[in-house]
Amino acid sequence: MTDATRCKAGDWVEVERVLLEPADRSKNLPPETAEKPLMMWIKGFAQAAGAVGAAMTIETMTGRLVEGTLSAVNPGYFHTFGNPIPELVHVGVDLRARLAEYHAAQADAAAQKGGA
Amino acid sequence: MATKFDAIMARRGEIMRKALGMDYSVFEQSPIAFDYEGMMTAHGYSLQDIVDIQTKAGVGNTPLLELKNLTDVVRSMSEPGKGARIFVKDEAANMAGAFKDRRASVSIHVAKEKGYEGVIAATSGNYGAAVSSQAARYGLKCIICQEAFDSRHIGQPEIVEKSRICEAFGAEVVQMTVGPELFFHMVELLDVTGYFAASLYSSFGVSGIETLGLEIANEMTALTGAPPTHCVITHAGGGNTTGTARGLKRAGATDTQIISASVDLSGLHMASDDDFNRKSFTTGHTGFGVPFATWPDRADVPRNAARSLRYIDRYLTVTQGEVFYITEAMSKIEGLERGPAGNTAMAAAVSLARDLPRDATVVVQETEYTGAGKHHWAQLNFAKEMGVGVCSGDPKNNVPGKVIVIPERPEQIRAKDFDLARLRKSYVRNALKQAPEGYAPTADDIAFLAADTNSDAAAVEAILAELKEA
Repeated sequence: MTDATRCKAGDWVEVERVLLEPADRSKNLPPETAEKPLMMWIKGFAQAAGAVGAAMTIETMTGRLVEGTLSAVNPGYFHTFGNPIPELVHVGVDLRARLAEYHAAQADAAAQKGGA
Repeated sequence: MATKFDAIMARRGEIMRKALGMDYSVFEQSPIAFDYEGMMTAHGYSLQDIVDIQTKAGVGNTPLLELKNLTDVVRSMSEPGKGARIFVKDEAANMAGAFKDRRASVSIHVAKEKGYEGVIAATSGNYGAAVSSQAARYGLKCIICQEAFDSRHIGQPEIVEKSRICEAFGAEVVQMTVGPELFFHMVELLDVTGYFAASLYSSFGVSGIETLGLEIANEMTALTGAPPTHCVITHAGGGNTTGTARGLKRAGATDTQIISASVDLSGLHMASDDDFNRKSFTTGHTGFGVPFATWPDRADVPRNAARSLRYIDRYLTVTQGEVFYITEAMSKIEGLERGPAGNTAMAAAVSLARDLPRDATVVVQETEYTGAGKHHWAQLNFAKEMGVGVCSGDPKNNVPGKVIVIPERPEQIRAKDFDLARLRKSYVRNALKQAPEGYAPTADDIAFLAADTNSDAAAVEAILAELKEA
């Protein structure tokens, strides 16, 4: 996340808004979903200077003007691969050893057949 | 009082008709039956036309690779004489990294031809990347609606990456919290913008996948002298199964067994805010696979072009841990690092090939791109953070949303057969629900239901009798 809490007009920002209040939502939802609003986040260019938490209008990539609450300034992506998974680190060694054994056995069988 | 949701949904038919540029009502034949082939061919494109559209769009003609090491691993644990050859169609080589480029290319071509200014799709998957990429090439505006976060604004790494790639291709990405109202907002946006609905489930999208089946039939014939004996397909909404199977058949590969495969996520509710981040697969799972097979017309189009029960010969399920194991194995022994969801069919293929004769040929018909977030390590690290247990052991002990069991040995990878009779019965029950109460299905309805479930009139009549009794 960026630390910026203020933007200038024209900055790339994100706004959030409630799309549907719980009362307006679909009737076929499990209770833990039904009790929460349907939220939305969308990025675009700020139409004015503003602060995180205040009302903001953005122009999106398709040119739509969307109103919401400023939720991030110059928002980035911070997903990674993370640490190796201990339960998976043996897979490569195990399978390579298994293949070596299998290929050696195949070669032996072929040699025996050839020699017979 | 009608809610905002109800108000938009009430106008859905009219909005979608405009946004699809197609009137589905002409295909309806009765409260139950419709002209499926008529709908599939109404766009007027031959298979060759679609190949040409895709060639121009930079889509398709991906490498078909034989996986000799994986085959040998299978043979090392098979009974004598068993262990089929395994091949993969490396669909990750498409521009946006998945077979979904095929699906998007026809829709985008049509949107451009018909003069729409932009396109909209609701998808949290690779399809979003495909639509965004094709739209960028054709100079169309693009909005992708994604179910991205739980109510705490926490998103799975896999979905966060899919938001990123769509934005990288210049799409406007609308990220939402959990709930089926994703489609409500898509319909609302179609109404406001007048854009084309690049639905996953239109005949344009599904026809675009037929070229994958065609390529597999032709390339396997060139390589082995015949089309594959088995094609294993990762199964979610049903388009992948439907399109690939149709393409194989159109290429003359009528004997190829169609095996669909999904990750077992039984017990997790797809609209649950609590369960959302306890899934370690966001597609290719039974949470889409089963409901869409048993009622395809739940989709965002009046009649879904993806009707998987028409084509499935066997439906296999595998566990999350089995797919993660195979994903790691593919990197280490085949030098093919690909995304986990696309390897669902690969895990099923390893189990399947073990029981087939050595001269059988099994094609896994897709891979998907990988990268930060969209990777088995990222998904497993995230699962741990969300309180899902990850351990080594026998995948039989896997519990979706609670414990992911990574196999200790490849012998432990055993796909399970999902009962197709159960799916067919459920489908017929759902089809009947669409008709007015007391409606008696005609002989034509029964013929339609038999075709739509890949069974026969007698089997459908038996189900109808059973349902009547219940």
